[in-house]
Amino acid sequence: METTAAGYRGVWARLRRNPMGMIGLIMLVVAIGVAVLAPWISPYDPHAVTRVNILDIYQPPSPAHWFGTDDAGRDVLSNFLYGARVSLTVGFFASFISVTVGGLIGISAGFLGGRTEGILMRFTDIMLVIPDLPLAVVIVALTKPSLTNIILVIGLLGWTGTARLVRAQTLSVKQRKFVVRARAIGAGNSYIIRRHIFPLVLPLIVVNTVLVISLAILNESTLSFLGLGDPATLSWGQMLNYAFTRGAMSAGAWWALVVPGFGIVWVVLSCTLLGQGLEQALNPRLTTHHLAADRTLKNLPRWELEPTPVEQAGNV
Amino acid sequence: MMTEVTPHAHKQPLLEVKRLSVDYVDPSQPPAQALRDLTFTLHRGEALGVVGESGCGKSTLMLALMRLLPAAGRIVGGSVRLDDIELLALSEREMAALRWKRLAMIFQGAMNALNPVRTVGDQIAEAIRLHEDASDARALDRRVGELLDLVGIAASRRNQYPFQYSGGMRQRAMIAMALACSPDIVIADEPTTALDVMIQAQILQLLADLRRQLNLSILLVTHDLGIVAELCDRVLVMYGGALAEYAGVDAIYNAPAHPYTQELLKAFPDPTRPLQRLASIPGSPPRLNDLPPGCRFAPRCPQVFDRCHLTPPRVYAITSDHLASCFLVETQQTRGARHE
Repeated sequence: METTAAGYRGVWARLRRNPMGMIGLIMLVVAIGVAVLAPWISPYDPHAVTRVNILDIYQPPSPAHWFGTDDAGRDVLSNFLYGARVSLTVGFFASFISVTVGGLIGISAGFLGGRTEGILMRFTDIMLVIPDLPLAVVIVALTKPSLTNIILVIGLLGWTGTARLVRAQTLSVKQRKFVVRARAIGAGNSYIIRRHIFPLVLPLIVVNTVLVISLAILNESTLSFLGLGDPATLSWGQMLNYAFTRGAMSAGAWWALVVPGFGIVWVVLSCTLLGQGLEQALNPRLTTHHLAADRTLKNLPRWELEPTPVEQAGNV
Repeated sequence: MMTEVTPHAHKQPLLEVKRLSVDYVDPSQPPAQALRDLTFTLHRGEALGVVGESGCGKSTLMLALMRLLPAAGRIVGGSVRLDDIELLALSEREMAALRWKRLAMIFQGAMNALNPVRTVGDQIAEAIRLHEDASDARALDRRVGELLDLVGIAASRRNQYPFQYSGGMRQRAMIAMALACSPDIVIADEPTTALDVMIQAQILQLLADLRRQLNLSILLVTHDLGIVAELCDRVLVMYGGALAEYAGVDAIYNAPAHPYTQELLKAFPDPTRPLQRLASIPGSPPRLNDLPPGCRFAPRCPQVFDRCHLTPPRVYAITSDHLASCFLVETQQTRGARHE
């Protein structure tokens, strides 16, 4: 990915003109807003101790419970709103860990080259070929399934893609002449990485972070759905797990499954849309792909391809 | 043999390069001999032009002097003395401290040598920050303004990005950057390629002015003999990584001794004879990992004779100030001696 000098300045302007990216951004802002405001906007407190009547279980949507109740008679809407906190927390922290580890390994491998690069990239390859999910299941099962452990496991297993992307970009930036110039000026490795390589790798890292967030949220939902979520919290994955294992299907309580599923899709979609929008905003060349070029020509109205009357008059 | 007292003969040179040799190593091939036994000097305030075709070792020479050769490059022999410091014996840290402070470089292709996401002023200040006490932000800012002013750029444009500069301005900014730490020697690697003739002339004029103003020594690498004639006092003609001819600018243009220099000059348009066809030298420079056993230029030389194919010629002195690496010089000298 190539960044021009206009890079950072024009990013917002270009993102604003990118409808998909803006939709993603708005969706993500809504999700973050819901997570932050959960205690104020939820009709019930999911952590409150309540006396459950058999009749409260899997109540269909009603004015009292807009999205019905779950297997424990709790309000699905409140669970859903609080669940956004868990999913987003895991998403942000885990992707932060992933991108930091991947970025450091990628930049070091790409910039230093030689034996260091060999060792780091072989390690990355090994991590890449180990299937993430089974390993995550094993690690979470062996350690305590707490929120911190889930964040660490997802973060420390998900950095390989970032490392490879960042290394590739570093390799290309490293060849640019201003790096030789910086060395000629008398700059050392760490200075060159900080001041000359990093600013040009950063856009890639930003885009990658947004995309990794969605992956982390999906991973968390998967682990929770498999019953490896932190029992002290209630994430969307856990809501699905409870609904699935405790007879929501046979009870016909579709609301207990659809609502958390919708939340996961919403956040993952928002991150993907925003990530792609950012990618196009940071690298405008992507929007004008050579395969897209002839389509615009074909769509031109016929008369635009012919000389206009004014030109013909001038020829006479 | 006639001797001539050179203007600098009594002074110690600022930069003295002796028998400098550089190889590019590749495990699957014999090493490429990019530079062989190159010897020359540079005095304070002198401008030396280094000319030759592409691939004859000009850029390797520049990078070797800065000790910035790519990973495959190895300095395999020789010495580079700056005043009394042997550059090849310095540690990497000592060398880093000396770069830009004593030896600065103007890079070819200014767009690529500037970081596109940082302002020009910031990148000029970078050199000062790395070498001098730059705790006083105001003074640093003023110095950047002065440097831009020196090369004819309005100081107010220091906060702009390279893409907001024209090609000529970028090259000027590169020159300002080279001057940031008041170096003794500026190495200019084809400073005017990719610029149109008007801007080329302006940049050369600027270099000439700065040289006079700051008593700079300039090492100008180029393949344009016209630029050399305008700016330089002395010329080093390189061929296949070795010295072909080394002399004052007048001697090179009026009495070139090496056939390669003669052919190069024929390939250069002469405005007084507009109808003359430009000559080109058939063939291309030798592969540096497969050099001919004799003279490097022998396969392309129009005046070649048997001996050229057998042993490489040593460097002969025509005068104390005019060196050439060609057997013809020796032949002429012995013939001249016989006449006396």
